[in-house]
Formats: sequence, structure tokens, C-alpha cells
Amino acid sequence: MGVLPLAIPGYVMAYALLGLTGANGMMATVFGLELPRLSGYWGALVSISLYTFPYLFLNLRAGLMGLDPALEEVARSLGYRPHQVFLKVILPQLRPAYYAGALIIGLYVLGDFGSVSLMRFETFSYAIYLQYAASYDRIYAAWLALMLLCMTGFALVLEYKLLRGLSFYRTGTGSSKRAKTARLGIWKYPVYFFVSILMLASIILPVMTIIYWMMDGLDGFFWPNLWSALGSSVSASAPAAFLAATLAIPLAYIGVRYPTRSTRILEKMAYFGYATPPLALALALIFFTLSAAPILYQTLTLLILAYTLHFMAEAVGPVRSALYQASPRLEEAARNLGYPRFKAFMKSTFPLLRGGMIVSMAFVFLSAMKELPITFLLSPIGFDSLAVNVWSYSVEAMFAQAAPFALLILLFSSLFVGLLFAREWSQK
Amino acid sequence: MKSLFSLVVLTFLLLTTQITEVFAQSLTIYSGRSKALVDPIVNDFQRQTGIRVNVRYGGSTQLAVALLEEGRRSPADLFWAQDAGALGAVTQGEMLQELPESILELVPEQFRSENKTWVATSGRARVLAYSTVRSSEDEIPSNINGLTDPKFRNRVGWAPSNASFQAFLTGFRLLHGDDATRDWLRAMRENDAQNYVNNNALIQAIAAGEIDFALTNHYYLFRYTESNPNYPVAQTFFENGDPGNLNNVSGAGILKTSRNAEAAQQFISFMLEQHAQRFFTENIFEYPATEVEGELPGGVTFQEMLEISPQVDLDALADLEQTIRLLREVGLL
Repeated sequence: MGVLPLAIPGYVMAYALLGLTGANGMMATVFGLELPRLSGYWGALVSISLYTFPYLFLNLRAGLMGLDPALEEVARSLGYRPHQVFLKVILPQLRPAYYAGALIIGLYVLGDFGSVSLMRFETFSYAIYLQYAASYDRIYAAWLALMLLCMTGFALVLEYKLLRGLSFYRTGTGSSKRAKTARLGIWKYPVYFFVSILMLASIILPVMTIIYWMMDGLDGFFWPNLWSALGSSVSASAPAAFLAATLAIPLAYIGVRYPTRSTRILEKMAYFGYATPPLALALALIFFTLSAAPILYQTLTLLILAYTLHFMAEAVGPVRSALYQASPRLEEAARNLGYPRFKAFMKSTFPLLRGGMIVSMAFVFLSAMKELPITFLLSPIGFDSLAVNVWSYSVEAMFAQAAPFALLILLFSSLFVGLLFAREWSQK
Repeated sequence: MKSLFSLVVLTFLLLTTQITEVFAQSLTIYSGRSKALVDPIVNDFQRQTGIRVNVRYGGSTQLAVALLEEGRRSPADLFWAQDAGALGAVTQGEMLQELPESILELVPEQFRSENKTWVATSGRARVLAYSTVRSSEDEIPSNINGLTDPKFRNRVGWAPSNASFQAFLTGFRLLHGDDATRDWLRAMRENDAQNYVNNNALIQAIAAGEIDFALTNHYYLFRYTESNPNYPVAQTFFENGDPGNLNNVSGAGILKTSRNAEAAQQFISFMLEQHAQRFFTENIFEYPATEVEGELPGGVTFQEMLEISPQVDLDALADLEQTIRLLREVGLL
């Protein structure tokens, strides 16, 4: 459930919030409670937070699952109270996960367009879009995009300084044991309350909005080419997810295991693809493919590569967090036992990365399913994805027709994520 | 693992070759008009002419910028945009070819580009929507400046961030100049004009009683009145030639690099024939670009519609930059 908000397109969330508040909003008509209309800075903040928190949640979760419970026990045995254990032992251990999540969210916000445009809060990416829309000035917009990349550079340097010299794998003998489930006791209720409020706001509210659109059908209800659109969406998103997660491993590996200046820079390159506004990235790729490999232009291959380039950063974080917790000693032992380098990695470290890779794939898949500007410009001609349909109808204010496509994105995303996590759940 | 990977690579290669083959034998359109609106009529064209059409749907702006980036290597034959601005930008990039007289003369003079690079295919008019409960047609001012009168304080809604509003404002500037436009914006703001996200929200706000008037596009209301004839909102034009009646047209032009220019011309002619023009008027409630018999949306004839809309140079509508500067200056963006 924690992942699903990622599948909700930003503008759907913004519409949902805008429909909820204000004098004529749902809260006012149904509950007689008139909330001020959410817009501007606060509107954008709430809306973006509601669908980006899973980046942090999943990164932290992968980090927590890989945490050695022995640490906690040692801390308890040395006299720490449970909350002290949490603050002084667990939180610091989660730093890589926390930074990775925060970095992704930060960069996402820099590039987000859907929410901020509807909430009318002018961010950098909004300014870049206006530049294209107002004067079709590609050069000036490109300068703005470069400035955005500089800001990304700063964020990356900051993260590097914070993570320098850390190691989180176990160095002692023996292997980590299965973690005990913590008893919440009386705290159960506030926790449940918090989780339900979050679910309500981040999933149920937008889903209700979509269903409401469907009921509001003014032009009569119809089931258009849902399946072909679904097929298109998946045919591009799934390979991109697989490719990004696979490519993230070597990137994260050299970054974590051979931390020199140059490997660090290499690892961080992934983030630049992510921070480039999608429209600028798509234009750059148009230019690049047309001059370097025209045969690839407007093919599915190019689209998948573009998704991979753009969303790779989302894949690096979880894999890297998992790598931090996988001891290099294991791999060294495998090499001692006579395995060649690559095989040693596949046999010892790779299985430990599975949890991280699953999260990576989920991230990239969900993001690619709802991506728009890159899809518009780089997809094979006639490519008809779910997100393109949602946009196509909702931009004409034909929300009833947009709704089935939006629901299908959500439905299929939950199915895919469910499949990914099924293994993990069945182990419990 | 290895075999899976080679399978993926193989599939890529197959798809690649397949798609390049398709390019050679059919008409390729970049359409800023959304699929939701024009898909049926594009299919009609395919059925009647036997020409295969591949459409890339997207935002008009994005497609225009993409065309400029593609330059001479663009695979597109035809650009069909939602607004004059996008076509103007591609014309400025010297990427559209001059259309033959036989096509240009199908539409009235005000519906073609002065550079002869594109023609309008249909139009969307700006109107004043009003509440039939809290207002009536007598109260409506004859021109858009009338809305700054104190009696409209806090009663008018608009959507400053919306592209159609900005196109209207550009028309205002072209007709009356920047200073008059700035004064009007200031006066409206001081008169507490209410901001909304888009045209749809404006209509709903009138129905819900938040506002009594709204500056909006003409076709949104019909979606409501079609299913509910008693919907408490109506709409009207200002006096003839007022910027508040701007007809923002969709149009099409043919790329200089097109290898199927003939098929592309056939496509434009088809869209200007009665069948397609009726589709635009009757199915998606737009205004036609060529004479269509009988009553148009809003109960006017084609000739009346031409007189109602102000005369502006359609290519000049591309100059949104100054419009956005004005909106910022006044604090609306």
C-alpha cells in the first residue's frame, strides 16, 4: 500500500485536493466544513508530499529490513531505553536510505510540473515550461535547465559530504538473525490512526476523485481501447524498470566498494538524468539520436532507453542502501573458495541485493507508467499509453473518459508491485 | 538471465526495423489536438481515402518545440495544432511550406496565416458566461472594459494561468496595445476578479454560486447543457469585434520536408469539407472554419460569427512572451 501513491499522476492529486477544499469543494458540500482552497505554496507542498513520500518510505523500509537486529539487542543490553535505541542506533544506521530518499524527492520536486502548475506555484520547472510555451525559446530554456543541473550538483555534493566514510555492514562473525517484531502496546492506536490518515489522503482521496469523475459521465460511458493502451504502457515501463535496476547495480557497486573521486562522480551521473526537466531531456535525445543513430529515432527502444536514463536515479538509491549493508567479506570468502570475480559477486552479494532491486524496479515502473513529456516526444508514432490517454481526456475536461485509464494505471501498478513483493511476503 | 537479455535485445531490433518500414508509406501527423477530440474524424479520413495515417498526439507547445529540434530530419508531414501560437512558432522556424491557393481559398481571409503557411480548421471563441439565476442578459456590459464597473465587484471569475485566457489577452494587446491591456488587468484585479484553475472550474463555480460571471471558452458550457437543459448558466458575446470574443483557431500546416505533401494537402482539404466541419461543430461544439449551413453553437450563423470575432493577425498570437510579462507585472502569475 505504501507504494501506490507513486502511481498517482501529480495533476490527479492536485485536482483531488482542489476539488476537496474551497467554498464549493467536497468537504463543504458533504460535511459543511469549509476549508480554505489549497493552492500556491501550501497546495503544492501538500500535494507533492502526498505522492512522493513513498520514495522515502521504501528506501527506509529496505534499509530497516536489512538492518542487523543484533545491533539493537547490543544497545538494549548496554542499557539504552527503546526510544534511545531508536534515536541513537537505528536512525544513524538508516542514513544512506534516508539521504537517498530525500535526494530523490528533492530532485523530483525540482522537476515536477503537474502539481505546481495546477496549484499555481511557480517553481523552476514551471518557469522552464513557460519559457517553451511563451516564446518557443529553446536556447533560454536550455540555460534554465543547465542552472537546474547546477543546483542538482550542489545537492549531490552535500549528500557526498554527509555519507563520507560510512560503513554499515557487520564486521563480526556469524550472520544476522531474523528480527523480532516489536510490540507496540498502547502506541498501537496513534500509529494506526496516523497510517489510516495517510492512506486516506494519499490513496483513497485520489481514487475517490477518479471514481467521482467516472460517475459524472456527461458524454455517456464507454470502454475504449483500454487494453491496447495498457499493453503500450507496460511494454515500455517494464523493460525500463528491469534495465534501470540492472544498470543500477554496477553504478552503486563501484560507488560503494571503490569509493574514489571518479567512481563517486560516475555514480552521481545517474542523478543528472533525473534532474533534467523531462521536456529538455526529450529534446536533447531528439537531437542526439537524429545525429548519431537516426534508425533508433521514435522507436520503442529509444523510449525505453530514455525512461532508463531519466529514472535510473530512482533505482540507484535502494540498490546502494542494500549494498551498504552487504559485507564485502562475503564476496571475499567466495573468491577465496575459488569463484571468479563476477561469479563470486553473483553468488554472494547479488542475492542480498534482491530486496533493493525490487524496490528499484517498483520505483521506475510506477514512474514510467505515468510519465508524459518523454512519452509524447520519443515514443513510436501512434504509441497509445494509459498516461497519454488520461492526459488527453483530462486536458479537454472530459474527466469521465479519463477516469477508466487513470484507474487502470492504479490497478495495474498495484498488481505489478504486488507481484514484486509477493516473494517477500510469502517468506514471512 | 543471459538468454532473457538477448531476447529483450532481439525484440528491440525487430520493433526498430518494423517501425522504420511504416514511415515510408503513410502520412505522419503531429497533432496538438487531443486524441479525445479528433480521433473519429481522422479515422473517417483513413477510411475514405485509404491513406494510412500515423498520429503523434501531444501538447501543441511540446510538439512545436520538438519539430524545431528535429529540423530538417523531422519525420512529420503535417502539423495540426490546437492554437495559432504553436503554428506561428513553427512558421518562424521556416519549417512550413506555402499552401496552394486551392486550399487557402477554402477559408475566409481571417482564417489563414499571412505567410500562407497554414489554415484554420476550426475555432474556439471566448465568451462571457453568466448565471441565469443571479443575473440576466440586460446586465451584461457591451464591451469587456465594462466588467471593471464597481457593480461587478467580486462577481467575475477568470483563469489567468490558462492558455486560452492568455491567447485572449494577446489578442487584447494586438487590438488595443499593451498599456490598455495593463490598465484593464489592474482594474479587474482591483475589482476583485476571482482566480480559477481552468474553464471548467469557472462554469462549475457559476453553477455553485461562487461567482456570477466568467471569462471562458464557448464550448465547455454545452457539455453541461447537453445533459441538463436547465443548467443555471448561459453565455453571450460582447459587441462585435470586442477582444473578449476572440476566436482562437486550431489549424494545420505542411512541413517543408514532407515526402507526402500531396496526401497532407488531401488531409487539410478533407478537414475543411462539410463532413469534417460538421463533425467539429456538432460533435465537439467548435466553430467551423468554412461556411456551414444553419445555426452554429450559441445560435449564430457563420457570417455572424465572422463579424463577432475581432480581426487579429493569427501569426502574431504566437507572441505570448509579452502577455506573460504583463500578467506577472500585475501580479496574476
